[in-house]
Amino acid sequence: MRMLGRISRKPWMWSWTAAFVVWFATIMVTGGASTFDLSQAALTFAAFSIIVGIGQMFVITLGPGNIDLSVPSTMTLAGTLALKLMEVDNAMIVPGLVIAMITGVGVGVVNYALIKALRIPPIIATLSVSFIVQSAAIWTNRGLRIKPPSFLADFTTANTLGVPNVAIIALVISVFAWFLLEKTIYGRWISAVGQSMPAAKMAGIPVDGTRFVTYIFCAVLASLAGYLLACFSGGAALNMGSEYLLMSIAVVVLGGTAVAGGDSNVPGIWGASLFMFLVVSMLNTYGLGAGIRLIMTGLIIISVIMLAGGRAR
Amino acid sequence: MTGDTLTAIVEVADAKVSFGAVKALDGVTLAIMPGECVGVVGHNGAGKSTIVSVINGGLTPHQGNISSDGERLARYGIGVARARGVRCVFQELSLCPNLTVIENTRILHRHLGGFGWRKRARKVIERSLDLVFPGHGIESDRSVGELSIAERQMVEIAMAFSDAGVAPRLVILDEPTSSLDAGLAEQMLGYVRRFVDAGGSVIFISHILNEILTTASRIVVMKDGRIVADRRSIDWTEHSLVESMGSVAKGEANRRAVRDLAGAPVVVEQIGPGLPFRAKRGEVVGLAGLAGHGQTRMLMKLHAAETSDWLARREATVAFVAGDRRLNGVFELWSILKNFSIGSLGDLTNRGVVDVAAEMERATDWKRRIDIRTQDLANRILSLSGGNQQKVLFARALSTRAPVVLMDDPMRGVDVGTKQEVYEIIRQQAASGRTFVWYSTEMEEVCLCDRVYVFRDGAIVAELEGDAVTEGNILAVSFRGAAA
Repeated sequence: MRMLGRISRKPWMWSWTAAFVVWFATIMVTGGASTFDLSQAALTFAAFSIIVGIGQMFVITLGPGNIDLSVPSTMTLAGTLALKLMEVDNAMIVPGLVIAMITGVGVGVVNYALIKALRIPPIIATLSVSFIVQSAAIWTNRGLRIKPPSFLADFTTANTLGVPNVAIIALVISVFAWFLLEKTIYGRWISAVGQSMPAAKMAGIPVDGTRFVTYIFCAVLASLAGYLLACFSGGAALNMGSEYLLMSIAVVVLGGTAVAGGDSNVPGIWGASLFMFLVVSMLNTYGLGAGIRLIMTGLIIISVIMLAGGRAR
Repeated sequence: MTGDTLTAIVEVADAKVSFGAVKALDGVTLAIMPGECVGVVGHNGAGKSTIVSVINGGLTPHQGNISSDGERLARYGIGVARARGVRCVFQELSLCPNLTVIENTRILHRHLGGFGWRKRARKVIERSLDLVFPGHGIESDRSVGELSIAERQMVEIAMAFSDAGVAPRLVILDEPTSSLDAGLAEQMLGYVRRFVDAGGSVIFISHILNEILTTASRIVVMKDGRIVADRRSIDWTEHSLVESMGSVAKGEANRRAVRDLAGAPVVVEQIGPGLPFRAKRGEVVGLAGLAGHGQTRMLMKLHAAETSDWLARREATVAFVAGDRRLNGVFELWSILKNFSIGSLGDLTNRGVVDVAAEMERATDWKRRIDIRTQDLANRILSLSGGNQQKVLFARALSTRAPVVLMDDPMRGVDVGTKQEVYEIIRQQAASGRTFVWYSTEMEEVCLCDRVYVFRDGAIVAELEGDAVTEGNILAVSFRGAAA
């Protein structure tokens, strides 16, 4: 009983509970026939929001006002550039990955340069960068739909021991992120900056350096997600990132990360990402129309946040 | 005011106010009669601002009572005070910067409301501005944020003296001339004298003794939450005022032996307005003067010069102990352990990974050395009392290897026992070559320093050394005009 009490105070509990309830409600309707398929699909699609969400979580941890709205366009540009460079050639997989990463680093640098040099609030700086990046993506893409190299297309859609490969990549990244946050000096720095910038400064923390690296890290994760998503869905599309704008923020909030900064939560991102996919598929299974589905999605998210928000700190 | 016996506009009897263990007011009795200007002087924390808050209704004393016009008031508050004509000009400007002068007038005078209030408010404020500061040149439809700091202060003063229905009878001026130049200050003081001659009353707080002596009709001296002297101003001189503000021979017992540091190398230097700042190896340098005269800014500058916002230094050269814990001290979400170790993480990490065992070992050692009262270092920092939180901040700075420690009035809310412990640690560490730059608002602490810089108006105006570090000397240079 005490153990249960302790677990229920963990902020990630709520998103996991919610994900499980929805998962259960869905397989009940189908009589358990599609349990395995549903779980696999959930892991596959959640993987992308997990990768993007972790980046966003790092930025949100930096404290009030910190957010990266350039995530969707970064995904699109990275996917587009990588596929264009690879040109369906399996030998070019690594250079493709490198160009995606470089795109991420570039966007991150520009984001923080605007925030710092022009003193623009992050929400506006990253939004304006996102327009530039999106335009660059349109210009390079020009409506072409290049297919990914066959190896990558197979890899991103295949499973290892029943687990989707993309979910395994997301797991590796999550473990790395958790290690960064919990075990390294950098993790302490982000958390300190998120709690109080003046205090962090006076404690001798390189505040700008920490924030700079974090914005780059977020953009690089977005690029990686864009690279994987473009390969998974058989080509880069100009609107491929758009749903990840709200998604990346929603999974962070639902996952129990403090919106006011300083306190982050990796496991919660998993619960929240699975939940976001499962809600949609549950409502689909019930055969509801598109309008009702959207309204229901919104209502369910609000109630989970309210429940989680009411928890004792 | 036509009666034979004058009754006080506001009378405070035996008021006591305490914030935690600190007694801000310790039984103050003060009556303000019509037609007098009462000057109030005293050092930081003497209780000047607290008594002002009690009189303007912003603060209810925990003991004692307030009467007005001979009638005892059980429920005294800002509303009652305003209705009785009590006005206040605050030390921190209190106008809304995004509104125009006229709109601010409307906020202060509630009954100006209704159709055509702009016209009425403009008339009220412009008449008052013209009276107090003839030829002021302030357009009342400009927003307050666009005005210079002096103009804002002028508007604030004129606002307090303005009459829109309820006439001002008692105006409280808390450091009103701090941002006015000599000419404007003289205009204002002239108006105060005319206002008092016409039967109004003024409470006047200033650290410029000349102003007080020439304007006030009676001067009260406050110290440690009490009124220690109350005489007509013609019986005072600048010298006697300074003398009665300070306590003689207090803290002398704690005096450290004068050490010969002539040969020690200079480790910190800062050239600014006024005298240059220098601190030598192993020296304890005090920053003194009235609160908010540039001491904290100096510490920030020293800190910024030695740290980088972009890259962590391998060897930290300065450590900082915050006085304003909430603002730039504690990390509220964290445990005591993490709050302690953040300053010295460079020593406790191996290729970026925090060595948890070493972290715990060092924290346990310091918990013992400085006696942080907690069961478990994993408890949240906010579970500690203020004094113990402050100890954690001390431990954070002292456990680094930085050769210079900057302290921003760090003993606020720390009990006497702890203070002595910390003084002892500072003494030991200074003897072993660490430099301390110590801003303190407490005389006793300033007198522990080897050398003291006195600040006034953002600049160093005096340097005192050895036996010259006395309360009297510091007060004399802190209060402008006292030396002239």
